[in-house]
Amino acid sequence: MNARTSLPPSATNAAKVPGLANGDLASRLEVVDLRAGYGKNQILKSIHLRFQTNAVTAIMGPSGCGKSTFVRCLNRLHEETAGAWIAGAIRLDNRDINAAGTDPAVVRRKVGMVFQRPNPFPTFSIYDNVAIGLKLNGMKKRADLDERVERSLRQGFLWDEVKDRLDRPGTGLSGGQQQRLCIARALAVEPEILLLDEPCSALDPISTERIEELLVHLKKEYTLIMVTHNIQQAGRIADRSAFLLMGDLIEEGPTSDLFMNPKDSRTEQFISGRFG
Amino acid sequence: MSIGNAGYRRIKSNVIVILMGLTVLACLVPLASLLYTLISNGVGALNFDFFTKVEGAIGEKSGVAHAIAGSLLHMLMSTIFAVPVGIAIGMFLARPTHARLAKTTRLLLDVLAGVPAIIIGVFIYTIVVRPFTGFSLLAGGMALALIMLPIFVRGTEQAIRAIPSSVDEAGLALGLPGYRVLLRIVLPAAVPAVMTGLFLALARVGGEAAPLLLTSFGKGTWTTSPMDKTASLPVLLFNYAKSAVEEQNKQAWGAAMVLVIIILGFRMLTRLYNHWQYGQGAA
Repeated sequence: MNARTSLPPSATNAAKVPGLANGDLASRLEVVDLRAGYGKNQILKSIHLRFQTNAVTAIMGPSGCGKSTFVRCLNRLHEETAGAWIAGAIRLDNRDINAAGTDPAVVRRKVGMVFQRPNPFPTFSIYDNVAIGLKLNGMKKRADLDERVERSLRQGFLWDEVKDRLDRPGTGLSGGQQQRLCIARALAVEPEILLLDEPCSALDPISTERIEELLVHLKKEYTLIMVTHNIQQAGRIADRSAFLLMGDLIEEGPTSDLFMNPKDSRTEQFISGRFG
Repeated sequence: MSIGNAGYRRIKSNVIVILMGLTVLACLVPLASLLYTLISNGVGALNFDFFTKVEGAIGEKSGVAHAIAGSLLHMLMSTIFAVPVGIAIGMFLARPTHARLAKTTRLLLDVLAGVPAIIIGVFIYTIVVRPFTGFSLLAGGMALALIMLPIFVRGTEQAIRAIPSSVDEAGLALGLPGYRVLLRIVLPAAVPAVMTGLFLALARVGGEAAPLLLTSFGKGTWTTSPMDKTASLPVLLFNYAKSAVEEQNKQAWGAAMVLVIIILGFRMLTRLYNHWQYGQGAA
């Protein structure tokens, strides 16, 4: 993990910033002229986007269009990959998260993440999976930890299923339960924004339904940004949707608009399943 | 090859199975005869005194308790030296922050693994025994630690590599600094496999005599301090086997048997521990 974020020569020029398409949105997180890639390979080409607070925004697009790279930029996980570079601005509460001197750990505590495959910490118990982030961030008192672990597991719709076996390994749960454990783990450190990178792609339909239910519930308190391959899923739970194609943001808007009256023919083709 | 010629294929299959059986036998026969020789010669030496008394004058009741304790102390001492260094190097190799340095480190460890044990003894004798401690348990532990290090580092590296990088990312995404993710999440997850590596390395050095002759030297009785000369089963075995005292020749066989049992015991313990802690297939 030799994280070194450097700007390629072409990206160092201050780019002109056109007006944001959805500038009137209640938003705390905005992306301005974001470009990113690995080495000579540019993945994202000038993306402008604002995320609505307390809503689910779906990021859609075919494989390899840069969806994952995009969300990984939002919590600075992108820079952990060797050769990664990033340019442009990502502002959380009007502060650039990539500004010099900003600790990525602080950004990541505000912008949590759930991954494609459930990845509970191996050999850790269910309890410790949720508690470890708190413990390592300085929470010591057993009672505080107990309370927060319970609350997080309840938020993750998992408490009733695991309350009698909190000391059992997290890897012993089913795939869907593991993913809800990972959501609870991310919520425990009290982020404000939660990124979800295809959180259901490794799960069966029933587990997927549980997670979708959970996300709809969570958006009351959190801003959710979900990468999905699955157009129906976006249609079911996303308030807004963005369509990415080969590193370009083609279109963004309320999900119903995007689905019913896409402005761009490529969006229409994607939605109707002609590619992707 | 003719399809459908079932008879021919069955014969071919049987020939291969018999050949494989013979190879298995070829491996098992030497092992079994070794264990048989050890037990048939060694078992006569075992009695209560053997496990409780130290070396004595001819005719006196004597045993090898000091050497059994000494061997365990050597293992403990070498573990103390090798584990912190080995874990640090293993983590660096598994999640390298500097590719070229990692490559060089790996090369140096391979070279170290190839250095004969007696040379390691000479080395520790020159830089520790002579100038500082004299013959001592401390020096013996250092020599064994150097022999353990390449094996233990390799084991640790593999153990940490086996933890997918998605686990690191999950830790980072919780807002934890990289070093804490590595130390508090990735390393604990790798502990069972690290333990296996440790016991493997201990089993390897538990039987070393050559480096100890030049470092902890051996002693006829209990060790009282880390700066003291210390007995060990391999060195005792070496001395007793060529002794003119018949009783000591007998005890050498007993010591050999105990040494093998201790080393096998370590291996079994690892398996049992992993099995009990992490379920089937963990060992």
